[in-house]
Amino acid sequence: MKLLLKNSSVINPAQNLNEKEFDILIEDGIIKQTGKNLKLNSDEGKTIDLSGKIIVPGFFDMHVHLREPGREDEETVESGCNAAANGGFTAVACMPNTEPAIDSAEVVEFIKKQASNHLVDVYPVAAASLGRKGEVLSPMAELKDAGAVGFSDDGVAIKSSSLLKRTLEYSLMFDLPIIEHCEDESLAGGAMNESINSTLLGLPAIPNVAEDLIVMRDILLAEYTGGRVHIAHISSANAVNMVREAKKKGIKVTAEVTPHHFTLTDDAVKTYDTNTKMNPPLRTRKDVDAIIEGLKDGTIDCIATDHAPHSIEEKEMEFEYAPNGIVGLETSLGLAFTELLHKKILSLEELILKYAINPRKILNLQIPLIQIGSRANLTILDTEIVWTVDKTKFLSKSRNTPFHRKLLTGKAIGVINNCKMFFEGKFTTI
Amino acid sequence: MSLSSRHLLGLQGVPKEDIQLILDTATTFREVLERPIKRVPTLQGKTIVNLFYESSTRTRISFELAEKRLSADAINFAVSTSSVNKGESLKDTVRNIEAMKVDMVVIRHSAAGTPLMLTKLCDANIINAGDGIHEHPTQALLDMYSIREKLGRLEGLKVCIVGDIAHSRVALSNIFGLKTMGAKVSVCGPSTMIPKYIQELGVDVIYNIDEAIQESDVLNVLRIQLERKAREYFPSIREYVKYFGITSERLERNKKDILILHPGPINRGVELSSDVADGPYQIILQQVTNGVAVRMAVLYLLGTLN
Repeated sequence: MKLLLKNSSVINPAQNLNEKEFDILIEDGIIKQTGKNLKLNSDEGKTIDLSGKIIVPGFFDMHVHLREPGREDEETVESGCNAAANGGFTAVACMPNTEPAIDSAEVVEFIKKQASNHLVDVYPVAAASLGRKGEVLSPMAELKDAGAVGFSDDGVAIKSSSLLKRTLEYSLMFDLPIIEHCEDESLAGGAMNESINSTLLGLPAIPNVAEDLIVMRDILLAEYTGGRVHIAHISSANAVNMVREAKKKGIKVTAEVTPHHFTLTDDAVKTYDTNTKMNPPLRTRKDVDAIIEGLKDGTIDCIATDHAPHSIEEKEMEFEYAPNGIVGLETSLGLAFTELLHKKILSLEELILKYAINPRKILNLQIPLIQIGSRANLTILDTEIVWTVDKTKFLSKSRNTPFHRKLLTGKAIGVINNCKMFFEGKFTTI
Repeated sequence: MSLSSRHLLGLQGVPKEDIQLILDTATTFREVLERPIKRVPTLQGKTIVNLFYESSTRTRISFELAEKRLSADAINFAVSTSSVNKGESLKDTVRNIEAMKVDMVVIRHSAAGTPLMLTKLCDANIINAGDGIHEHPTQALLDMYSIREKLGRLEGLKVCIVGDIAHSRVALSNIFGLKTMGAKVSVCGPSTMIPKYIQELGVDVIYNIDEAIQESDVLNVLRIQLERKAREYFPSIREYVKYFGITSERLERNKKDILILHPGPINRGVELSSDVADGPYQIILQQVTNGVAVRMAVLYLLGTLN
């Protein structure tokens, strides 16, 4: 099968590629020809005109919860991958807070098997400790061999400083990151950010310092051990500043931010909508401003969604009792283009770094190249299209989003990977 | 005159005219409570459910009495005797109650925001009888009524709320209501029990109880919730009593004339010494009586709104 993508802009900062009115010919999933004015007879394959669109290396969401095994009613590997494709991603890294946790080679292999026929590549992040309990190291080497791309006790920080130190030391053997949900356990447990809003709403609060303390601890231990720490879903101004200073000192620390943490503040909680309840919580304007600074100067390496599907009945609860988290895969790019690209905070090249290049660098994965002979791993963008979020059309099994009916500008209109294409709402083999 | 909202969820954002109207209407009902027959037919035919997810004696009885004195049909739905223990969601419970054609729901719940959630789940008028550590508007209204009854005004008065401000729905509702009515509000308590950003609400923070007494016309002394987590916020009851307990000796040392309120139930010997709790400055039992009149006013004004 052949596929000709015509008249598109093509950008890949990883290979200094930036072309306009460019054509790409794909055969059996491999890029066969690139250039201008390529032609394909209709009996040889399909030609898609992509005038005004942009082809970029396949986007990667390095923080999603696929809920399988354990809560297949909320999401499965397959439905999560469908949502990822619909959101413009060709790969995701899935977090280990499943039931059972991803703490054995068998679970890693199971997840990889569930994803094996999909367009979207799934890279499991394994638990850093057995059962994510913070007591005993997980079999990290074996997990890595099975396909794990990082280690995390996600949902909580690695419990003790001594275990984190040991985990970082052990990870030196394979240069994979320890991904940390930074929250001091004894200061955790609130339902929203601590601010004047938590006082006004009467909700138990989580102060920024709960995050800051663990970010500081992790940076110091990364420096001490020489291991790599990746700060998941950074949300506080102090944390951004600490990561910036650590990077200046050459400490191996990277950071991601979620679209909701650069889009919303805790003012959104005023409706007691449980879809504004997440951990880390939505913070204040000051924090959002610091995050935007961090995105601009490269302190924050990438954008990841923390896609957290929850059933309707779980979210339809009293605010304090509802679980944390929102789905993010199918709104991520729309929010990034609306809030960052069109507000001239980040250029498209910078967004490609944060969505395609940096996540793979952090997880030690190959960066897709758009050149003859390479596997076609592509995301097709329309940065100008105006659309309205409709949660009833999500391919995710869950609907917990605060962005329902939000008007956004820009999205992915298709993805290509593993000899498959998702375009105009349909998966096809190419 | 009528209220600007069909629910009473809290006092944040409630206009002065509404508070004034509730307090003035309560004056009329206060007079009814002195009659030999303490019942008016105003809400005859209306059905009101008291939906209590948290144990409460005085607030529930006060509401129930207010409902009966307005001739409404009052139904109590308490957590221990309901299907909630079987794990029914709030949504299902409320929809069931609504299916029974009730006009108003009085709700007490341990989670903040639940009354607002109810307004989206059913058509009844919703009255917040205390939600988590958020608001308890009828308590603040009866406090304001009692202060006004005793001192003739609210405007310009200096009111200090004493105790665990951070975990008190009474404090927040009092702050909103009193500020709207033109009073000058301060809070006093151990610094661990004062919310970090409270000054943004335009209240002064005082850590010294003697200073609070000297500065204030009214002290609204909150109950220290010994059964809750409150105990973790100060070293010992002994230390709390020594530095924040209101005693006759302390009152006399600082000032002669002050009005003391307490939402009850009192921890005698903790936030108030026994002689203060029974003494000449307090109006604790008047608050209880006024509570019925104020709740009658709220129910009447909401129940007769179109």
